[in-house]
Amino acid sequence: MTINQISIFLENKFGRLNEILSILSKENIRVLTATVADTSDYGILRLITSNQHKVIQLLKEHGVSANLNSVLAVSVESSMEKFAETIELFTKAGISIEYMYSFSFSGKTILILRTNNIDAANDVIRRYNLNNLSETELNNL
Amino acid sequence: MGPTLYLLTRDIKNRKMTEKYWEEEIETMSRPDLEKLQLERLKNTVKQAMNSPFYKKLFAEKGLSPDSINSLDDIKKFPFTTKEDLRSNYPFGFAAVPMEKVVRLHSSSGTTGNPTVVLHSQKDLDTWANQVARCMYMVGVRNTDVFQNTSGYGMFTGGLGYQYGAERLGCLTVPAAAGNSKRQIKFIRDFGTTVLHTIPSYATRLAEVIQEEGLDPRKDTKLKIMCVGAEPHSEEQRKRIEELLGLKAYNCFGMSEMNGPGVAFECQEQNGLHIWEDLVLVEIINPETLEPVKEGEVGEMVLTTLCREAMPLIRYRTRDLTSILPGQCPCGRTHRRISRIKGRSDDMMIVKGVNIFPIQIERILMNFKELGMNYLITIDTIGNNDEMLVEVELGDLHTDDYTKLQALTKEITRQLKDEILLTPKVKLVEKGTLPVSEGKAVRVKDLRKNH
Repeated sequence: MTINQISIFLENKFGRLNEILSILSKENIRVLTATVADTSDYGILRLITSNQHKVIQLLKEHGVSANLNSVLAVSVESSMEKFAETIELFTKAGISIEYMYSFSFSGKTILILRTNNIDAANDVIRRYNLNNLSETELNNL
Repeated sequence: MGPTLYLLTRDIKNRKMTEKYWEEEIETMSRPDLEKLQLERLKNTVKQAMNSPFYKKLFAEKGLSPDSINSLDDIKKFPFTTKEDLRSNYPFGFAAVPMEKVVRLHSSSGTTGNPTVVLHSQKDLDTWANQVARCMYMVGVRNTDVFQNTSGYGMFTGGLGYQYGAERLGCLTVPAAAGNSKRQIKFIRDFGTTVLHTIPSYATRLAEVIQEEGLDPRKDTKLKIMCVGAEPHSEEQRKRIEELLGLKAYNCFGMSEMNGPGVAFECQEQNGLHIWEDLVLVEIINPETLEPVKEGEVGEMVLTTLCREAMPLIRYRTRDLTSILPGQCPCGRTHRRISRIKGRSDDMMIVKGVNIFPIQIERILMNFKELGMNYLITIDTIGNNDEMLVEVELGDLHTDDYTKLQALTKEITRQLKDEILLTPKVKLVEKGTLPVSEGKAVRVKDLRKNH
């Protein structure tokens, strides 16, 4: 199963991230992960929160370009061995990872994965019984 | 029936309106009759112009008078009038009637020096209102329509020009003026607006706000016609406006020196703008050699007013580049058609020796569904090279994939290069970050020092 990730187009301009976050800061929203890559012209802020639909709504009201994307959340033991094993399963099934980031939580590493083929990735998860988290589970961590 | 019949503008009120034409006789008159009328009016215009301090002196120096004109071709004996002339004779050097007969003044803002001033007598305003009514009638506006004008009022002629034109036609006219999109939309819905006048950059802004409000223009409004003017825009942009708002958009050409909106206007064929030759004499010249271009070639439009009383202008260089479309229009009007404005002879950018018009770039950008409507071209000297930066707003974020965004940037760059023959740097920016002005959008910034 997939979870919703919000992607926000960010102009590469001093203070822009701060402006975006201040739109959201007044709300009682829990941030689970956030990431921005360092490209030259623009960036994409990827965000997973406790209330994705509320965040999207607020951003739209402020005229910010944002959308929802499906990504996979997989929980593995926090070891390089487990990490490598998991990725290998996807690779062997011919699935490319478009991007990935992770965070750790009480001995577990939660991988957030975007693949080129979500259906095939879901098959891998089922076949190898990977610990695939739902939005609710992620929220309850 | 001789053309003298049309000479007097006070006849306007008696002119016959038909199902299709506001003034059938004038709009469809034979070319020989139209040219006879032009010749007569041209002579009168020269005579009238000689009442102004500027032309009196100029024509005396050159030995010119109405007698210099025996055919329309004789216009070539006369010198051009430029915006610079208007500026140096600011404010009243062109007045051809006693000031007590002048009832209105319009002015276009200049970035440097004096603005230009255009003076109108009551008769001039009547002619202008009738001219705008003729344009609007041509695209199907009737007295049962509700017309909302989102133009700035005041000095900008798109405000009062359309106001009086729509009133002359008999529309319920809503002078909403510029800005405050939510209020515009409320008026559109509450008053049942069917016809809008906007500048192209604002048309798309309005469409965005309608969408943000969760409304469908096709279901939630009665809009059916839009008059679009004041900024050159491409066919692609028109199509987008029509698609976004579910209406027919018609291109209007005007300039304050020639009254304002309504100098030329598209008919329902949407193929070229009929320029009202009973009111202006058209020439298309090569802006470098100042010689007439060959029939159908692109050049700078030069206009001579044929009916203006307070401030006649002889061979005014509009700086707008266009061409005369060949052939007759299926709509039955005999007044010739000009192409969409292709740029301005003073708007042309020369980058690395290549002549480029902003409209060429716009045409490419508008083909990308992923992009928004606003763009900004910046030219700067980097090292010893001129570099062009094209910033364009992304529409709604359609992907969160850098690879796809990069591919998009690359494809835009490639298509632009095919069009303008040099490689610009293309930068995607967030929606709402580029300037959208209430007046005319700024599309080009030239930061080159040695330019």
